[in-house]
Amino acid sequence: MTARPLAFVNARLVDPESGYDGPGALVVKDGRIGEVRREPALAGLSDDIRLVDAAGALLCPGLVDLRVKTGEPGSEPKETLKSAARAAAAGGVTSIVVQPDTDPVIDDPSVVDFILRRARDIGLVHVYPAGAATKGCRGEGMAEIGLMHEAGCVYVTDVDRPIIDSKVMRRLLAYAGALGVMVSHRPADPWLSNGASATEGEFAGRMGLASEPVAAETIMLERDLALVELTGARLLIDQISAAAPLARLERGKAQGLPLLATASINHLTFNELDIGDYRTFYKLVPPLRAENDRQALIDAVASGLVDIIVSAHAPAPAEDKRLPFDEAAPGAIGLETFLPALLSLHHDGRVSLARLIHAATLAPALAIGLAAGRLTVGAPADLLLADINAPRLIDADTLISKSKNSAFDGRRLQGQVLMTVADGRVVFEAG
Amino acid sequence: MTDAAYALDAIRKPAFPFPARHFLTVAELDPPTVGALLDLANGFVDLNRQKNKKLDLLKGRTLINLFFEASTRTQSSFELAGKRLGADVVNMSPRASSISKGETLIDTAVTLNAMKPDILVIRHGSSGAASLLSQKVSCSVINAGDGQHEHPSQALLDALSMRRAFGHVDGLTVAICGDVLHSRVARSNIGLLTLLGANVRVVGPPTLMPVDVARWGVEVHHDLKAGIAGADVVMMLRLQLERMQGALVPSMREYFRLWGLDREKLALAAPGVRVMHPGPMNRGVEIDSDVADDVTVSLIQDQVEMGVAARMAILATLAARLDNQ
Repeated sequence: MTARPLAFVNARLVDPESGYDGPGALVVKDGRIGEVRREPALAGLSDDIRLVDAAGALLCPGLVDLRVKTGEPGSEPKETLKSAARAAAAGGVTSIVVQPDTDPVIDDPSVVDFILRRARDIGLVHVYPAGAATKGCRGEGMAEIGLMHEAGCVYVTDVDRPIIDSKVMRRLLAYAGALGVMVSHRPADPWLSNGASATEGEFAGRMGLASEPVAAETIMLERDLALVELTGARLLIDQISAAAPLARLERGKAQGLPLLATASINHLTFNELDIGDYRTFYKLVPPLRAENDRQALIDAVASGLVDIIVSAHAPAPAEDKRLPFDEAAPGAIGLETFLPALLSLHHDGRVSLARLIHAATLAPALAIGLAAGRLTVGAPADLLLADINAPRLIDADTLISKSKNSAFDGRRLQGQVLMTVADGRVVFEAG
Repeated sequence: MTDAAYALDAIRKPAFPFPARHFLTVAELDPPTVGALLDLANGFVDLNRQKNKKLDLLKGRTLINLFFEASTRTQSSFELAGKRLGADVVNMSPRASSISKGETLIDTAVTLNAMKPDILVIRHGSSGAASLLSQKVSCSVINAGDGQHEHPSQALLDALSMRRAFGHVDGLTVAICGDVLHSRVARSNIGLLTLLGANVRVVGPPTLMPVDVARWGVEVHHDLKAGIAGADVVMMLRLQLERMQGALVPSMREYFRLWGLDREKLALAAPGVRVMHPGPMNRGVEIDSDVADDVTVSLIQDQVEMGVAARMAILATLAARLDNQ
């Protein structure tokens, strides 16, 4: 199917690959970027082209989100692939990587194939499955990484479950590394973190919440770095969240270890005090940290120590959230608030717009080997047009996700997606 | 006018400073409110010692006791307090209802709320459960213990016991000893006692102390003898026996040796020291029977008596607020 050709004029182009941030125009043709100009106007356009006057709005690659949970297969009332894809399109996210902790777990090439077929039928944004690292995400036997990779999975992970057994982790890194498949792991010492729903400290103590020390993350990260050193395999550190582990990451990178790290937009935006009076939308994995940890995380994004920002979209319906804090399901949805939340870091003067866009487009695209994430002639026309200053009051009830557990509910943010283009087709347009 | 009559008169005035519809945490209280509650409770102590203990302050009102955790004294204390003030009291416990059939806390609360109770007293094993419930129902909610968070009526009855024993709470040195980490009684007492001007110490092994407890406005001691030296009140906390697992403390006998209260250690406290315990006690673990049963030092039986009076004061205050609405 060939979509009608599209052209944007009077845009503010931000291209993370070249680092360009300035006026520009762009033509989309046959699903790809046909022409890029560093001046606002275009000449010699054919009549059938749809011309969009961006009027100074931001035009950049569509966001690439490496950590999205849906409920399909197995828990469709939470979120289906279709509702997640619609939410992504509305949020300017053109590629999502769905997590394998579904029911059944994506630990088998047939489930990878199922996801890809469903995504093709939905036909909105690009949906890529991550495979389970171990069978059933149980941390024991290795999943069929090679077959899943052939079927189209983009990395392997056991999602929220830490791989406890160091021998399994070592073999996983070595085996997957040899096949060119990246392993993603969230560092958490289970002995310190099991049952915790908050970060140890004055706040959790006063509130009587079961808590984990930040050392739970630091300890497991140290182990993982030692295993990366041993195997030479590439590791994606999932949702690093505090100052102490960031210092270890910095040392590991300085040593030249093949490391990439993500941070979730939630941990860049909120701290433990947002839990307030036991608000379960702020119950996250890892738990929200102290303010100095959040500040360190923002600095790490600005400096490039943290490579990638993820939405950590994790839908949970009301019945899983309207419970006492320690019984409630963790996680918050994030696809539709991803862009305005990222932009807060820019509006606050903490991280440059170009750096933020790099961390949410090109960096994740490169990590999983996508050609997206850049404004280059011939690259896939995955684009995002947004008014970065438009004020918004987030109302969770108006979000597209089937679950409404947004930690941003009631927040005032800036940034409105005007149009989302995936493979040259307009998949969302603000009404 | 008696204390009770005076205090009753005061709470019936719309200007009475009780700020909230619910009684969830000591953090919402201020010294004048606590003073008024203690005056009122003190009056109820006298009433409870008479033959006719009944008042009609809660006449026509319904109180539901919703206890997800087993409790003898707190539940019966609220039940008696409600009945003595003329309320209809219904006791619910999870085993006797559909709560164990997968119905959530909120579902249960909404169902009970539809029966139009005036006051819901809840105990639940999760921190924040009472607060969550209060957001979903239209009646007043009293927190009778939520996880490891708070047990505010216990703190009020403890303050009442101390005020009756010493004449004041302000300036007393109170050593709270034992498993502070898992104790909602400790959290509520630390909050209320520091609010009332007492000097609070917490004493116990570091494994049973919250991190950053020093920032709660208390003195922290890991040595029981140093911790109770010169104390006016020694409050022992219950050690749950399952704490022996999980490397918190090695054994009951070691715990008793190092952090249990006996006559010899108690001699280090101030002359006239009084010993308290929220109950139920583990005799020979955190407290020696010799100390617990000595009526010249132990306030433990008083605490139970004060419990009914303190809860009557809370109920009467919330009911007066309902009347004034």
